[in-house]
Formats: sequence, C-alpha cells, structure tokens
Amino acid sequence: MTGEAPQSPARDPLLRVENLVVEYAVGGKTVHAVSGVSLEIARGETLGLVGESGCGKSTLARAVLQLRRAVSGRVLFDGQDLTAMHGEALRRMRRRVQLIFQDPIASLNPRRRIGDIIAEPLVIAGIKDPAKRKNLVCEVLSAVGLEPALVIGRLPHEFSGGQCQRICIARALVLNPEFIICDEPVSALDVSIRAQILNLLEDMKARFRLTLLFIAHDLAVVKAVSDRVAVMYLGRLCEVGPSEQLFARPAHPYTALLIEAIPVPDPDVRPAESVPVGEPPSPIAPPSGCRFRTRCPRADQRCRDEMPELRAVAPNQYAACHHPLT
Amino acid sequence: MTAAPLLSVEDVSVDLPTPRGNLRAVDRVDLTVGAGRTLGIVGESGSGKTMLSRAILQLLPRKAKPSGRVMFDGQDLARLDGEALRKLRARSLAVVFQDPMTSLNPVLTIGTQLVETLQEHLDLDSAAARKRSVELLAAVGIPAPEARLMQYPHQLSGGMRQRVAIAIALSCEPKLLIADEPTTALDVTIQAQILDLLAREQRRRHMAMIIITHDLGVVAGRTDEVAVMYAGRVVERAPTHALFKHMHMPYTEALLAAIPKIDAAPHTRLPAISGRPPDPTRPLKGCSFSPRCRYAAGRCHSEKPSLALAESPAHQFACFHPIGLAAGVSA
Repeated sequence: MTGEAPQSPARDPLLRVENLVVEYAVGGKTVHAVSGVSLEIARGETLGLVGESGCGKSTLARAVLQLRRAVSGRVLFDGQDLTAMHGEALRRMRRRVQLIFQDPIASLNPRRRIGDIIAEPLVIAGIKDPAKRKNLVCEVLSAVGLEPALVIGRLPHEFSGGQCQRICIARALVLNPEFIICDEPVSALDVSIRAQILNLLEDMKARFRLTLLFIAHDLAVVKAVSDRVAVMYLGRLCEVGPSEQLFARPAHPYTALLIEAIPVPDPDVRPAESVPVGEPPSPIAPPSGCRFRTRCPRADQRCRDEMPELRAVAPNQYAACHHPLT
Repeated sequence: MTAAPLLSVEDVSVDLPTPRGNLRAVDRVDLTVGAGRTLGIVGESGSGKTMLSRAILQLLPRKAKPSGRVMFDGQDLARLDGEALRKLRARSLAVVFQDPMTSLNPVLTIGTQLVETLQEHLDLDSAAARKRSVELLAAVGIPAPEARLMQYPHQLSGGMRQRVAIAIALSCEPKLLIADEPTTALDVTIQAQILDLLAREQRRRHMAMIIITHDLGVVAGRTDEVAVMYAGRVVERAPTHALFKHMHMPYTEALLAAIPKIDAAPHTRLPAISGRPPDPTRPLKGCSFSPRCRYAAGRCHSEKPSLALAESPAHQFACFHPIGLAAGVSA
C-alpha cells in the first residue's frame, strides 16, 4: 500500500510501524480503523499523534501494544517484531512499554488501595520481596509529586482527576519502561490541572529517559510536548513533520483546517469563519482515493481516483496530498 | 443603560445538602444580559457555572436550595408556576446542553420532536410545522433535511445531533439562548462550525446568548462580556476585550497562562496553577483562590474580597491585590 516509512532523524528508531492495517467487524460490516500507517519514533523523542474522534489513533496505539492484533503490517520495537510475538515473550516485552489513558479515574480499580495498584505491575513482573516493592512504589509516587505516606493506604475515589492521573503515571513508570503511549492523557482534566500534568510528563520524560507517543485531539497540547507531529485522518496519516515547522507551514489541507479551527484566547484574533466542510465520513465505507477529499476545498478528479502517498514536501516533513499547500 | 436588561441575576446562591455537609455551589452571583448581547461564563469543573445556569432556568435539582432573584423579561422566574415556566422555557428562554442526547428523545424521530414543538408552541398546523421544521434543519446546516425528519437521534453523528438540538432550541424564536458547553463533546472542526452557527443565528434573530464554557478560547472572539467563576463566585467580570487585555484577577491571569499556545515553541514549560480548587463543602474564610495564588498575602487568607469596580463600572473583580492596579483599591 504505502511506500517507505517517513524517515525520522534517527537511524535506529525505538519504534518502527510498517504498513499497519487494523480492521474489525461491527454488525457484519468491516471498520477500516487503520489502513496502512507507517511511522518511526527515535529514542528519546516525543511523537505527537493528532486526529479527531474515530480517526483510528487509539486503535493504532492498541495495535502497537498488540492489545489488538493487526490484519497486516509489522510493529518493530527495538528491532524486534511484536506482531510475531506471543505469550511470555510478548509479556516480557510489554514491561518496556506502558500505556496511560484518558480517563484516570476509570483506569484505577475503585476497590484497591493506591499502594497495591502501583505495586501490581511489580508483582506481575515477579518481584517477590514486599519491602522492595514498597520502596519502588514510594519512589515513583514521590517522583510524580505525591506524598507516599499519605497516598498508599487510600482508595482512588479519595483523589481528584488530576491526582488520579498522577497515580496512573506512577503506575506506568514503576517498571522503569522505555516507551510510554499517552492516549489523551489530559483531555478529561481542567485547564489549571492540565498544565501540571503536561509539565509532569515532560519532567518524567527527562528523568527516566523516556520515548513517548502522545495522542491527543488538541493541537496546542500536542505541540507543547512533541518533537514531531503526525496528523491522522480516517485511518491514514495525512502529514508528519517537526512540530514547529508543521504548525508554521502545514502542507496538508486537513492539517491547515485543524490549525484554523483552534479557538485562540485573544479577542483581537477574530475567529476565522469556519469552512463548512461537513463531517468525517464513516470508516466503514471510506471514500476512494484520498480519504479527506469529501471535505477538502482542493479536491479534484485525481483525488478521487488515486490514493496519495506520503511524500517529502520540506526537510523531514511529509504530506499525503496531490495538491499540497507548500 | 436606561431600559431594564433582558435577564438580571440578583444575589443568587444555590446550596446543595450533601452527606458531607452543605455545598454552596453558587455564591451570591449578580449578572445581567441585555437583549441581543452575548455573555460568556467561564469556569473549571466545580466552579458553579452549570448550577448557575440551572438556577436561571429554574431547573435545579429538587433538593437544591436557591436564594436571590432571577428577573427575565420583566418577570420574577421564581414566582412563576410550573406551567408558566414550561411555556417560557419553550418559547423565550431556550437551552442547548453539552450532550445533545439530554434534550433529544431517543425513541422519537427528529421530525416528530421538531414538528411537535412547533405545533404545541406556535399554533401551526401539521403541514406548516413540517415545512418550518425543514427550514430550521436547513438553517442549522443539516444536509438533506427532508430525509433527516424520518431519522432517530442515534442515526446522527454527535455534531448533527447538536445541530438538531440547536434547531429545536431556536424553533420558537427565543429571546435568550443558554448554551452550556455546547461544543465540549465535539471535535475541533465541528466545534468551529457549531460556534459559527450559533453566532450567525444570534445576529439574525437579535437573540441574547449565554455561552458557558471552560475554554477561554471559545469566549474570546465570540462574546461581548465575560464572567469568570471560581468556587461558586464570579471573581472577575468585564467586557471581553478589557478582560483579556487588562485582567485584574490573578485567577484569570493564571487560567489564561496555563493554556498551551499554538504559537509557543515545543517543550515550552507551562505556567501551571499549583494545587486544586477548594472543597466546596469546606468554604475558606478568605479568598477561595488564595491557597493557589502567587500574590496572596495577609488578609487574602482571612477575609473574602467582594467584587469591586475597576476603571469602568463594567469591569469588576474580587481581589485585594489586583494585577495592574495599586493594591488595596478593592475593599
């Protein structure tokens, strides 16, 4: 389907996704959730993945972790193909990769104490000494800004959303992973709390030398933390590039539309009259050719007939468009 | 201002009894909205913004204890009986909620819901009501409106459902529309379209509007005036431009600073607000924001600042150490 994965600045990426296709059946119909996505994440890099609901970004995350098996394509983590792994080998590999979800309260078992919730990955990893486990739990709780003694004996409902997200981050860090997928980690949080959590993720990334895949629908949030950004639409990547460059000079009309739609907190910036572009089509019957063409002001016959591949439009910037803006 | 405003909220408080004690959700709020004007109410979750809108609509939970007065179009809403209120909410005081399924009936077609509303409140016969329904759906940007009349809400996307909810809210030409987080559940490209739709219909109908949101970006370009709420109180209120350019309340400043900006460089550290909002069942003696405020000192911790006037009577703030003004102006 697609050609080469877009080159990341590194020769030796920590994660390499090749032509990943994920489909599932709903009521006898096939949902084309991810249709041939290729990307790379360098060691120590944060790749932001943006797209609107239903674009397949969360499915992509789950397929990377093998929580949902791909129909075709490969996921190479540190050179090893996760799609070919099963059982114990996969479980061992998963210790190096963790996931943080959108709803921090729903991701914590309401009947278990915080200390036990965070120690559970250690139990599964086979660390049998309870004193050692407790030390690790306390260490990681302090790292995320919580006072261990005040926290470990309590239940999730005693904490606010922001604190629960800190607890989820602590749980993700306790096995000292190399790679964390953050799936909309701040979209359920209030503005004043959101900045705390974004700063915490940046601190943790530096302290634990993490590589991050940061998924969100809010472009400003993604830009705040990402080195590079990938834009996804209806199961396919539209554009990949260095954050600053991508926001300054978007090449794909969809990227430009997303940037324009962000409400700016400045009364002197008149909101641009929105382009009446309608809504995304269903991933059950995606349009032929370019999947964005039904909402694209530049679409023509070629966009209908021919699926655009990711092509270089600037150094390190790639867009899948027949009529790029730059 | 000579004429009475369309809506005036006078010293409104809402108390909710909870197992942990009394929760003061709204604390002595005063607001006005003139005909054809747009007021933005901004606050984080738990700030009392939604409870305030319920108090205006007289749709509070049964156990809630409201006080104060809500005057709308010359009437004291608390004095109206259920039937009169129902008529008023149908005709002149409309609301759009965050989740359109709150206002749509899942087992009735879009057509039935619209046509019934129009027949009931505008005395139209069924053919005229149907024709008007199609016009309304077209006006809110729904493609193939005739066909949509036969569909059920679950057959539409979230954005389309919100358009239908707006069509129903607008159907009786209300004087005031309260939009409570109308776009929070929607994607950004759809959000922009819905906000534009509301603005366009407002201009066309000379309707007043209250937009309730947690997003300062949503109110910046689309309101005449903004009220910022924190812990149940209005802590700053000003014409939109003055609020963004000359804010006096440290909470407003901190809230604006905490938003990631699209033109900032990647990995720019965000000025976060430390801590979290106070427990509403344990009211603080001093300013509710004082535990998180970097300017807080002295009486901020012992005394509650009341809303004071800034340069103009339209700009009010509740702070002992206002930004950009000599300390101690407010009292």
